[in-house]
Amino acid sequence: MSDAAVLPAHHFETHEQQRLAGEVGMWLFLVTEFMFFGGLFLAYFIYRNWYPVEFVEGGHTMDSVLGAINTGVLLTSSLTMALAVHAAEQSERRRTLWLLIATMVFGTIFLGVKAYEYHHKYEEGLMPFLAPEVWQPDRRGLATFLHLYFLMTGVHAFHMVIGIGALAILARWTTQGVTLGPRSLVVHNVGLYWHFVDLVWVFLFPFFYLVA
Amino acid sequence: MTDRHTSAAPVPAHGERVLYVVFVALIVLLAVTVVVSWFPLGSWNLPVAIAIAGVKAALILLYFMDVRHSRPLIWLVAGAAFFWLAILIGLTLADYHTRMP
Repeated sequence: MSDAAVLPAHHFETHEQQRLAGEVGMWLFLVTEFMFFGGLFLAYFIYRNWYPVEFVEGGHTMDSVLGAINTGVLLTSSLTMALAVHAAEQSERRRTLWLLIATMVFGTIFLGVKAYEYHHKYEEGLMPFLAPEVWQPDRRGLATFLHLYFLMTGVHAFHMVIGIGALAILARWTTQGVTLGPRSLVVHNVGLYWHFVDLVWVFLFPFFYLVA
Repeated sequence: MTDRHTSAAPVPAHGERVLYVVFVALIVLLAVTVVVSWFPLGSWNLPVAIAIAGVKAALILLYFMDVRHSRPLIWLVAGAAFFWLAILIGLTLADYHTRMP
């Protein structure tokens, strides 16, 4: 796809214009994602202000060591993703492929740890809708913390699943060579998405794991 | 759409080493935010956590997402996200803090 003879799509004048349009489109999508998670973070701030003591209590139910390890795993996956974008632009096919696979592996490890934490919460009877003793009116603050925890990390994990799926498609396309070269934008755009998901976690980690 | 950024490859050759340096900085900041959380800061707990996360977010945006090499239009769109976030969160919290008894 890096062949100089390939013309831009007919509604673009140059390759640079086509690339910029594609990049702006991705960023506009990310702006909607910022607003989506922004609303959830706003809910978090309001409820933390309402239930400061209960949020600390909720923080004590979290395993901050697992949270810190998972943050490290996700930051590492962002490094391999950024390196993959770089390698793809240099048309290094094997290196791009392996870096994409490494990113998927780190993302999967993150989801595995997350699943273990969810299971642990289930066993402790702290799962929403499944542990009636927590959801009494006098424990509303703790319940709110746990609801927000499951909602926000759950939506985040869902984004990770989509990201890993996109990386799998990218890996397949990379074996065919179509993601390589300075003109291909698709690795860059999936990278933007992956880093955005990392960015959200950078805030989720201290907000839920380090409250206590 | 012809501007001074006519080169198709936006990442310079030395770009890779910068990514490793930023990664180390992010891990150090992760350690800092965990260590800081061991100290009883009271009401300063949340602002400090937000400040450290903000620095990490800036590193990810500027280096991993490579906004620093992006064109002004990308800066505008990315900046718009934070502008609207500031309206959403800032004005709502201002309302809560000034109206609650």
